[in-house]
Amino acid sequence: MRILMLGWEFPPHISGGLGTACYGMTSGLGDLGVEVCFVLPTAVPTSATSHVSLRSPTDVRRKRRRTETEELEHVEFRRVEAALQAYATPESYAEEIRRSRQVSRQVEEDEAAADEQSPVPADIRQGGSFVRGGAGVHYDGDLMGQVNRYARLALEISEEEEFDAVHAHDWMTYPAGLAVSAATGKPLVIHVHSTEFDRSGEHINQQVYDVERTGMHGARKVVCVSQLTKSIVTSRYGVPPEKCEVIHNAVELPERAEVSMKPIGRDEKIVLFLGRITMQKGPEYFLQAAKKVIDKYPKVRFVMAGSGDMITRMIELAANLKIGGHVTFTGFLRGDDVDRVFRMADLYVMPSVSEPFGIAPLEALSRNVPVIISKQSGVSEVLTHALKVDFWDIDEMANKVLAVLRHQPLQSALRQHGQIEVRRMTWRDSAAKLKQVYESLTAPAAR
Amino acid sequence: MASVVFYFQVHQPRRLRRYSIFDSEPNYFDDWRNEQILRKVADKCYRPATRLIRDLIHEHEGRFRVSYSLTGTVIEQLRQWAPDVLDLFGELAETGCVEFIAETYYHSLAFLYNRQEFIDQTKQHCELMQELFGQQPRVFRNTELTYNNDVAHVVEQMGFDAILTEGADHILGYRSPNFIYRPPNSEQLRMLLKNYRLSDDIAFRFSNRGWPEWPLSAERFAGWVDQINGNGYVCDLFMDYETFGEHQWADTGIFDFIRALPGYVMAGGKNDFITVSEAIDRYPVVGEVDVPHMISWADTERDISAWLGNSMQSNALHDLYALTDGVVGTEDGILIDDWRKLQTSDHFYYMCTKWFADGDVHKYFNPYESPYDAYINYMNILDNVRARIAAAGARAAT
Repeated sequence: MRILMLGWEFPPHISGGLGTACYGMTSGLGDLGVEVCFVLPTAVPTSATSHVSLRSPTDVRRKRRRTETEELEHVEFRRVEAALQAYATPESYAEEIRRSRQVSRQVEEDEAAADEQSPVPADIRQGGSFVRGGAGVHYDGDLMGQVNRYARLALEISEEEEFDAVHAHDWMTYPAGLAVSAATGKPLVIHVHSTEFDRSGEHINQQVYDVERTGMHGARKVVCVSQLTKSIVTSRYGVPPEKCEVIHNAVELPERAEVSMKPIGRDEKIVLFLGRITMQKGPEYFLQAAKKVIDKYPKVRFVMAGSGDMITRMIELAANLKIGGHVTFTGFLRGDDVDRVFRMADLYVMPSVSEPFGIAPLEALSRNVPVIISKQSGVSEVLTHALKVDFWDIDEMANKVLAVLRHQPLQSALRQHGQIEVRRMTWRDSAAKLKQVYESLTAPAAR
Repeated sequence: MASVVFYFQVHQPRRLRRYSIFDSEPNYFDDWRNEQILRKVADKCYRPATRLIRDLIHEHEGRFRVSYSLTGTVIEQLRQWAPDVLDLFGELAETGCVEFIAETYYHSLAFLYNRQEFIDQTKQHCELMQELFGQQPRVFRNTELTYNNDVAHVVEQMGFDAILTEGADHILGYRSPNFIYRPPNSEQLRMLLKNYRLSDDIAFRFSNRGWPEWPLSAERFAGWVDQINGNGYVCDLFMDYETFGEHQWADTGIFDFIRALPGYVMAGGKNDFITVSEAIDRYPVVGEVDVPHMISWADTERDISAWLGNSMQSNALHDLYALTDGVVGTEDGILIDDWRKLQTSDHFYYMCTKWFADGDVHKYFNPYESPYDAYINYMNILDNVRARIAAAGARAAT
């Protein structure tokens, strides 16, 4: 079986959970003998390390660039030149474009020199912007335009590839999925990792909503990452429940070659927030709880790792709460830095307002860090050995943070049971469910 | 002759309210919820079951006989919210066919941590039985039938004639629970062992439609009791009283089963019903049962891991009993009573992580969303108890 998969991020060039999920899912599918052709947009740097090697296009063509790729067994990558930006909204995208135009010339000049000398990818130095796509791509400052461009290019790839089904991840690839499915007659599976309601609360972007709704209704099957997401898909988008399939995400266990990263003599406990600093992730609840914790237990540091549109507001909030000295903002972390910050943490908190799934708590547990998670998250459906709070209940959040910091037996019980629990959540199991979905659509009777 | 020894455990804990680290009021109990639950259980179980037992005693002219223990914590709550249930138990006591058994007043695990506290609570319970039912208990049962040789030794020294525990396979081996035994190195004390197969047929399996014996009729069950005839003296059926109407709802037919059972058991005149004291007075000791490690009637392990199986439980129990001298030293009756109510074993049962993920019987009885929540709540309350001890110390110093 071969699947044409449409996505917009893949490790190591990730800004959130989608890339991690696509990685785990494709490797799980590979184990089960399902081949995947993964179509990715461009704009990735070349020098970051991963066992997945992505090589830059050598041959620049106007119409389409194709990378020579070789990666995970059973996964072939096809790269198309469209600038889909992680977690973008049409508004923020337009803003990014304006900024990138200002810096792009500078970047290109720096790049040649920097790539020679620095092991750090250029786009990381640039704060994770997609400006690296630079040469050869015609940005028109319109995300919807890029979504359509991606669809057009994916359609061209589909003509060259053999596959049994199309699988599209999140709204930016839905139009491509619909187009490919319509042109080839292959069944379309769409995978909802988040909805516009998760990202924007009630102030949704109608254009995005329409794209999502059309994709969901045009697909043969809608895979949701949690019951929570399924309930949004059925209630807000009017998708019949029987068309939805819940497949929870899983976690890749880290390799066991750890050195303790705790600095010698550290007498502060570290409470970690790791994620995009956006409305959806509830960073302000984290800081308000932090204030209450610090009043009772001053030997603690709250680390906010991530970037996002609320970061300046959060820095101001920490200052207003007079806890600036206890809060560290690290900016966006990836790769080894994520491992390091997990290893330093005594506790991980995910106070998300709306979290369709949330892989990060599983990553924390797999690295032996106890977790407090929001009840408004998909992961709380599958994780029992975690402390759970309503995101808005900052008193309870502080109460639980303090309990973990003060009571060693609680930490050890959460660690011990959590470790066992995450080991049972494998991508192979999730991939097996996915394979069943494919099979149900491609079986002769289903046609 | 085989004698059925029915023993019912009646207990409700004082459940704790949500107590955050930011709380500082010295009221720990969720009496709104405690009242709701007590009223519900009284309606579904205590009233109908106790009336049924009373009627059966009269119907069979005193030949139907049972034993009970009621914890101090349930009696206090009945006094508050369902005093008529205590009157019904009083009626049972007056029939002369019902025996009341001693246990720790607060349904605690004090034996494991503080011998004097254990003795004090047991005496307090005996006084309550005397006051309510005019009986001085001769037989003792420890919380959740927790038991080992040491418990037996202390209980014998306190003057009890018999003790109840679980007829666990790993202590009995090839032997049958249907006889009277004694602990090693004991002169007087007798052991009555729960026949867990027949007890659990009623307490757990009665409504299980997947069980080959479902639906269980009183006639068939009486037949199983009759099989003991010739192979044993007693059939010890020990169970939670809440089995009747609460664990097994009325629509399972549990009340009809009990109503019919005495007639079938006593038909033919071969078998009868006796209380625990009558059992030890009538039948001889046949052997010695050695129990070096703690056992109980809980879970399939029949050990104490449901209350003391993880680091949170042992930490909470340790910290609780570490406060003994501090609390008792304040001579503050309210504080001492609060602290003793915190000893009720249920609080630690709620912290159990065994099979938590699978959601089983532990979850059904658990007012918390998780064992971690139970632990956090409990530890916050202990913080407040410490603060009260410190405040009392400061007052005494000035």
